[in-house]
Amino acid sequence: MSKDIKIKKGLTIKLQGAADKTLSNAPRSRTFAIRPSDFHLVTPKMVVKEGGKVQAGETIFYAKSNEIVKFVSPVSGTLTKISRGAKRVITEISIEADAQDSFKDFGVLSPNSSSAEAIKSRLLEAGCWPFIMQRPYAVIANTEQEPRDIFISGFSTAPLANDLDFSLNGKENELQAALTALSKLTKGKVHVGVDKTGSSPFKGMKDIVLHNVSGPHPAGNVGTQINKIGPVNKGEVIWTVAPQDLVIIGELLLTGKFNAERIIALSGSEVKTPKYYRTRIGSEVSTFLYDSGLNNENVRVISGDVLTGQKISPKGFLGYYSNTVTVIPEGDDYELFGWNKPVFDKISTSRALTFSWLMPNKTYDLDTNTNGEHRNFVVTGSYEEVFPLDMYPLQMLKSCMIQDLDEMEALGMYEVAPEDFALTEFICVSKQPHQQIIRNGLDLMYKEIG
Amino acid sequence: MGLKQNLHKLKEKYKGTKMAPAFNALHTFLYTPNETTHSGSHVRAADDLKRTMNTVIMALVPCLIFGIFNAGYQHYAAIDATLRLDPLGNFFTWDNFILGAWTVLPLVIVSYVVGLGVEFIFAVIKGHEVEEGYLVTGMLVPLIVPIDIPLWMLTVAVIFGVVIGKEVFGGTGMNILNPALTIRAFLFFAYPTWMSGDKVWVHGAKEMAGKPDAISGETILGSLAQNHEPIYSVWDSFWGFIPGSVGETSTFLILLGAAFLIFTKVGSWRIMLSAVIGAVVMGLIFNGVVDQGWIQQGSSFYGLMSETFWHHLVIGGLAFGIVYMATDPVTASQTNKGKWIYGFFIGFISVLIRVFNPAYPEGVMLAILLMNVFAPTIDHYVLQGNIKKRLKRLKAKTA
Repeated sequence: MSKDIKIKKGLTIKLQGAADKTLSNAPRSRTFAIRPSDFHLVTPKMVVKEGGKVQAGETIFYAKSNEIVKFVSPVSGTLTKISRGAKRVITEISIEADAQDSFKDFGVLSPNSSSAEAIKSRLLEAGCWPFIMQRPYAVIANTEQEPRDIFISGFSTAPLANDLDFSLNGKENELQAALTALSKLTKGKVHVGVDKTGSSPFKGMKDIVLHNVSGPHPAGNVGTQINKIGPVNKGEVIWTVAPQDLVIIGELLLTGKFNAERIIALSGSEVKTPKYYRTRIGSEVSTFLYDSGLNNENVRVISGDVLTGQKISPKGFLGYYSNTVTVIPEGDDYELFGWNKPVFDKISTSRALTFSWLMPNKTYDLDTNTNGEHRNFVVTGSYEEVFPLDMYPLQMLKSCMIQDLDEMEALGMYEVAPEDFALTEFICVSKQPHQQIIRNGLDLMYKEIG
Repeated sequence: MGLKQNLHKLKEKYKGTKMAPAFNALHTFLYTPNETTHSGSHVRAADDLKRTMNTVIMALVPCLIFGIFNAGYQHYAAIDATLRLDPLGNFFTWDNFILGAWTVLPLVIVSYVVGLGVEFIFAVIKGHEVEEGYLVTGMLVPLIVPIDIPLWMLTVAVIFGVVIGKEVFGGTGMNILNPALTIRAFLFFAYPTWMSGDKVWVHGAKEMAGKPDAISGETILGSLAQNHEPIYSVWDSFWGFIPGSVGETSTFLILLGAAFLIFTKVGSWRIMLSAVIGAVVMGLIFNGVVDQGWIQQGSSFYGLMSETFWHHLVIGGLAFGIVYMATDPVTASQTNKGKWIYGFFIGFISVLIRVFNPAYPEGVMLAILLMNVFAPTIDHYVLQGNIKKRLKRLKAKTA
């Protein structure tokens, strides 16, 4: 059974440097790192001490607030360093990798014949639980609540994003195993959104409800699909899982191993030969950055896509949830009369002497300059053009800024994640940090309402 | 290159000091800053607030230039009525331009110097950046005042408007009332003799009043309000060869500006369209009242009520107000549905005030200020609609 969803509002940002569809193995990283900041609102409680040996899949820390949520090592090796920041918060856990991985064996678990309980405890034990995110609040799923439904977006429309049709190729068994397993964890349905025109491996899978989605970005955002299929009401919980994480879950069930393999798209205008690499969660990005080569020194390396990713150093590490690494030029330079001269090389939704509307198929080389200064909200009606959710984005942002919990709740905060506001942030004339505002709002609600 | 580096050095030098905002304002006028994103969207769209405001100014420039010529033309035509026989031929002349520039440009300069001065002082005191809001306000103000307004009055009004109309609320983006109209309303209530009547709209008319060479400067609205037959044709008022506030007379150029604002997506077409609909509806109601014979010739309302409904659109400041004032995003309704309601009432109430307030036959200013006050309420009810939908969904679930 499949249903069609057509997204009308939005904006597809076309950037230079799309990854070529060839897959290489990235050289094995010497050091791997896990950043607890990737897991929002998780305070890590270390299990392994500095100098301790770990196998791939072995717990290195758990969440202080809920000990059964475990976080495991993506490789086997020696935990060399626990870096701490202000107030002794753990910022980075470094693991020096062995030449070959040895995996902790969790044992095979057939998703078809196992109970929900068995599946759940296996996911928790093997460190796969952090792959399951929940809404409201856009955090790792609460282990005690059963979700109303589970949503998976099988494609991405973000600029230069990983083409999942390509990178999931050949992983059908793992995906099916994970989908079957997840379908047992909810009384509702597992909804999967796929690109209507693509050849997604999800098409034809069982235990799911398939939705054919079409339209501009953010059609591929799971939040957009949730809003169109079954928005989250007060008191309900839904889960979301990213497709590449499904592969890890599926492999765990089928083989008993936690295999943290990722196929990442290395893309961006500053990459000489943008293409796909097979690597692991937490690996050094330099292993493949220098393999592909960079055009420039002054670049921004982003673990993730340009709209929602994290800024990392060129010697940094791949984020826990990232399946894309994007390299774009830094824009730390001044531009003479940049505010009033005609603009041909940047994107705009307005036509105020900006001409991207004339060239809908042109690909752009955008840098990280904000193209203006931070201001109060002034312009109205522009966010609504790129925001397909049935909500009032400007009013929601304002309610977050004034911390009006009732208003936030009434306007639909339970349904959103920061990434849903990436496009409004992109086009914001006042250069407000929308995603940060929404994140702070969600955190406040989580703290106050829970 | 040299300038860029020197400015950068100065920026670093003054960073964190009191004068930083004032200095930054000049710097960012020349160069877009070297600020980069940190997280979230690492890339950003091309436009910023300066560009948005600049677009509105560009849309106003034709009105300003026309206003300069019209100032001279109205003055000379009031002395020598034969000039009106061929308005186009006698309009774009050097004489008109020189007289117009001599009277209009001081208004522009005073508006910008005083307004930006206040903005700079506030930025330095409160430590925020100099914001762009006044760029548009500063251009609007000279276009909506009578030509002979004394400059000191304008100075007082601009200070009042920027301080009370905007800065006390927290600056650009936070104000409740349209700053340019706050300035005009201040002038109107503080110095009424300079803001209404038939002697203020044409340069020199007031000085010569009562003398043998007195000139008339009655506007169309003024004539209608007193049940006189206006001496200007509909085409005169469409092209703008009529007395009135400096930049508001040419409906044709205002329409061009509106087209530009709508095309660039800077102005809200919803507000403009619904305001026109509102004015037409009110005009039709009045026409109907006259047709029914409820208002007789001789009633003080007759002149304006019997005016054909569409004629309201090309006289007075209605078109200018709808296109450039009502669409101010900060003080208008912020939701798209709200904009329809907000705009409709501006048009509707403008014509209502025109007819029923013959002492001041122009209602746009008061209509917009009134709706500025109601805009948050309109938005509130629009939001409630969305909120109710969400609650209904919840009820359906639990039922």
